[in-house]
Amino acid sequence: MSDEKPDLVDVQIDGEWHQFPKGTRMIEACRQASVEVPHYCYHPKLTSPGNCRMCLVEMGMPPRPHPGEATPEADENGHLPISWMPRPVIACANTVAPNMGIRTNSELTEDCREGVMELLLANHPLDCPICDQAGECTLQEFSVEHGQGESHFREQKVKKPKNVDVGPRIRLDDERCIMCSRCVRFTDEIADDPVLGFTDRGSHTVLTVYPGKELANNYSLNTVDICPVGALTSNDFRFQMRVWFMKEVKTIDVNCATGSNITVYQREGQIYRITPRQNNDVNSDWMPDSHRLNFHWINGEDRLTDPMVKEGNSHRITSWQEALATTADKLAGIEGSEIAVIASASMTNEELLMVNRLVKHLNVGHVDTVPREGENDNYLVAADRNPNTNGVKLVLGLDNPGSQLDAIKKGIKEGRIKALLCLQENLVDDAGFDGETLDKLDFFLTAHPIANPTADFADVVLPGGCWAEKSGTMINVAGRLQRLNKVIDGPGQTLEPWEVVRDLIQVTGGGNGIYSALDIFKQLTEEISEFSGLTWGRIGDLGLPLIETGKTIPLLEREKERITQGLIVG
Amino acid sequence: MDWYIILAATIKIVVFVFLVTLPLVAMSVWAERRVSAAIQDRVGPNRVGPAGLLQPVADGIKFLLKEDFTPNHVRKTYYWLAPALTMIPSLLTCAVIPFGSKLFGEKMVIADLDVGPLFVFAVASLTVYGIVLAGWASNSKYPFLGSVRSTSQMISYEISLGLSIVPLLMIYGELNLGHIVMEQAQNGWALLPLWGDGLSIKGWLLSIPLFISFVVFTTSMFAETNRLPFDLPECETELVAGYHTEYSSMKFALFFLGEYAAMIIGSGLAVTLFFGGWSLPFGWLTPESVDAEVPFWHGLIHLGAFFAKVILFILFFIAVRWTLPRFRYDQLMRLGWVVFFELALANVILTALLLMWLK
Amino acid sequence: MAIVVDRPKLKWWEHLYLPALAKGLRITLGHFFKMLRGNTKVTMQYPEEKWDANLPDHYRGAPALVTDEQERERCVACQLCEFICPPRAITIKPEEIPSDDKWAKVEKRPKVFDIDMIRCIYCGFCEEVCPEQAIYLRKDYAITGTSREEMVHDKEKLYEIGGVRVGLVNKWNALK
Repeated sequence: MSDEKPDLVDVQIDGEWHQFPKGTRMIEACRQASVEVPHYCYHPKLTSPGNCRMCLVEMGMPPRPHPGEATPEADENGHLPISWMPRPVIACANTVAPNMGIRTNSELTEDCREGVMELLLANHPLDCPICDQAGECTLQEFSVEHGQGESHFREQKVKKPKNVDVGPRIRLDDERCIMCSRCVRFTDEIADDPVLGFTDRGSHTVLTVYPGKELANNYSLNTVDICPVGALTSNDFRFQMRVWFMKEVKTIDVNCATGSNITVYQREGQIYRITPRQNNDVNSDWMPDSHRLNFHWINGEDRLTDPMVKEGNSHRITSWQEALATTADKLAGIEGSEIAVIASASMTNEELLMVNRLVKHLNVGHVDTVPREGENDNYLVAADRNPNTNGVKLVLGLDNPGSQLDAIKKGIKEGRIKALLCLQENLVDDAGFDGETLDKLDFFLTAHPIANPTADFADVVLPGGCWAEKSGTMINVAGRLQRLNKVIDGPGQTLEPWEVVRDLIQVTGGGNGIYSALDIFKQLTEEISEFSGLTWGRIGDLGLPLIETGKTIPLLEREKERITQGLIVG
Repeated sequence: MDWYIILAATIKIVVFVFLVTLPLVAMSVWAERRVSAAIQDRVGPNRVGPAGLLQPVADGIKFLLKEDFTPNHVRKTYYWLAPALTMIPSLLTCAVIPFGSKLFGEKMVIADLDVGPLFVFAVASLTVYGIVLAGWASNSKYPFLGSVRSTSQMISYEISLGLSIVPLLMIYGELNLGHIVMEQAQNGWALLPLWGDGLSIKGWLLSIPLFISFVVFTTSMFAETNRLPFDLPECETELVAGYHTEYSSMKFALFFLGEYAAMIIGSGLAVTLFFGGWSLPFGWLTPESVDAEVPFWHGLIHLGAFFAKVILFILFFIAVRWTLPRFRYDQLMRLGWVVFFELALANVILTALLLMWLK
Repeated sequence: MAIVVDRPKLKWWEHLYLPALAKGLRITLGHFFKMLRGNTKVTMQYPEEKWDANLPDHYRGAPALVTDEQERERCVACQLCEFICPPRAITIKPEEIPSDDKWAKVEKRPKVFDIDMIRCIYCGFCEEVCPEQAIYLRKDYAITGTSREEMVHDKEKLYEIGGVRVGLVNKWNALK
């Protein structure tokens, strides 16, 4: 918004007068006035074809008098009387006008909604018991609120294809489809992969995928999220859990530096699915499939659940006390300059501050993190696949993460580095370390959520919580500070990574007064000027801009462009 | 013939204490449950054996097999000692009670002491140590309160219990229970002077103080055995289970059996003192004297008569328990110290005056 | 306003409690002898006498799953019963019906269906909430076992108790 005052118009909604900027869609005006207008096809991030007819409302304008009739007079507030139109209009594609009246609760509106609901349900199979959408289905919700409870339809329902594979991750049930075309518009406008469309006419219309193609792009699962009914379902989540059993936690994605805002659904310590959460400054309403489905390992077989120490060639499960005592024993005889610490850019700012403390306490000679670079997909996936590289720079103080790794490798080979502490990283797979190098170390410790090849060479293996099992903050590619929230408890004896680092500091003789990740954040605000004055509460669910990085998220840029063109509401 | 006396005493101990009294204890538990059930229009235990008669056996097995749990916070030595101290005095008192006249030429009493009632009171008063120790050693509030109540209650009522039988002893001039029974057999029971010398003005007049004695004695006996309406030491509604709250398994069973054993001995004593012990009414089948020979089947009948009377008395105990509500503690103490103590004392004087006048 | 009930003034013989004792004994012994004469009506002696023949139609016994006359398992694992169950006795793990199955068009069925009969309170909510007429409370009430595991009725056991039920709405007929 520019500084000049926007052009505001007076609109009456359900008898109350409000002011909205000119050009606001009626449905958005109602939403801003906390009046719900039921809708299926309208989506603020997509164009509005107005084909579901659910958002019909009664509309009125000031009367235009015949010649000779008296002009209507404004009341003391300057509002003219409204003469209502006999036919309803769709609220999603019309914009507000001066002195317009909208009635969302009139008899006409209710009649329209009942009629539309009846037609939408005419061919609907009513298989809610097996439909994954049940519980979060707008068709269910609106048929309760606006349905008639009984159908006049006595004929046979039209049979359509069910259980159709439209892509590797998506299943389509055409009988449930209400032809809102949200998925068609998404694949066309956002994902630039227009493979979906409608064929046939009338009640025989079906959603189909273009012959010879499939809905396989990396953003296909977003169509499942925006589908208002259960026509498109995710193969991964299909029949896994009913939505009403799951608890939702708002957190952020850690698979790349974008840090998409997500909602994680869990029940009894098991994560069942992840959906994107709206944040117009990070990921809009979308997220890539590759990130969305990368959570099954959290409840997987190869999770580390207990601390282990190496005896001979195998590891033995032990207690935290013993594992830490072993670590302290081994580190006691090694000079600080002979120790290297490799932390991870997937650690939160809080954990990185603790690593910083550990480094200073042991007077460690070499510190680094492992960089992960990939392709920027020109949508939401950032080239940097670490979620908190900016945090590493800011909190751990590394200007060029990854530049020290070769020096550390060399140091180990030449025997100058005798101990290596690897925190939340996989050195063998991701940093090019080999067993020969790691075997040269006098003492090697890893802390990681899963039993990866690096752990084979470690003298002490500590189980650290994964991203869903810890709380903290991270800084995304655009310099935005966002909160990571704990979804579930870690398995077995797992501790949150900041607790692991704290214990390492304590067992090597350092003291601190830290009892929670929140305490660390308080110290962050005291020590690093960018954080000063912040609290977790102030960061909130949507995060705050913290630093300037000069980087942008391509999908958001295109979205802004379409908003200025007036194609979408945004 | 020392070995003969020892052998006879051993046989009598084994038979009367372990083969008669202890099974009687078990059976009275069964009777208590069946009678209380009948009073409350229920059926009661009827599953184990015919009419549930083997229920006590099942209970016993259960008590033996249950975990014998000793809480950490108790005083171990005294905690273990207490149940034994409750059970043993009850059984010891069996020694002086005459179960019958004579069988195989042997007097049917384990120890024919000349100070029978005194021995009973002396030994029975030891029971209170078991309860005090249980309450104290348990180191827990409910047992402690229970044992304090129990101690004061038992000490209070021991006085009236002792005083209540003084008139009886004055009248018979005798402390040997065997002789008292023989006297009653020949000259009418203490409470039913309907034959022999009892059937006279003197007999009838003397039955007045004896009746008062009987009432005071029986009531005090209820209090001594910690049974309703005087079961304040273990009243469930206030003290969980009183002094044996912390006990389980066989140790609890000893408390439980001790209570019933005390009840049986009490009944035996009451029968002996007031209802002519083993004798039959109207002097039937009464031997000539204490030392006279008794035909074998007479001896058997006398045994039977004694136990029949005891069982009737136990049933009376049970019926009272399921009839009366519990006293309040101040009422209990007032009854003991203000009513019964004075009544028993006055009764002694009354008897003395009567005896002097009738001489 | 507090109601003051005056303590009755007892006569001297009432203070002795003996008349009251006699009265009480009369009542208790009256019951005792009535029982001895066999005139007391007592409770049903359970294992010998049973109520089975008189169970009302609405009797709520063990919940069980049913199949219909087409031998289709009615349950589609919608998990509404699991949701409604107040003591959380029901555990369901759904699975997809393989495409070569006769009833593949139903798509979903329970892989695991456990009812923990230690938890079940026989409220009948599961029967009431079921949209597929798949779960019914039968008249079985003597549910016993010697271990916790034994008291968990699995899918097989539930179908065994439930058996076949005819005359239900056949929602998944040939046209559907």
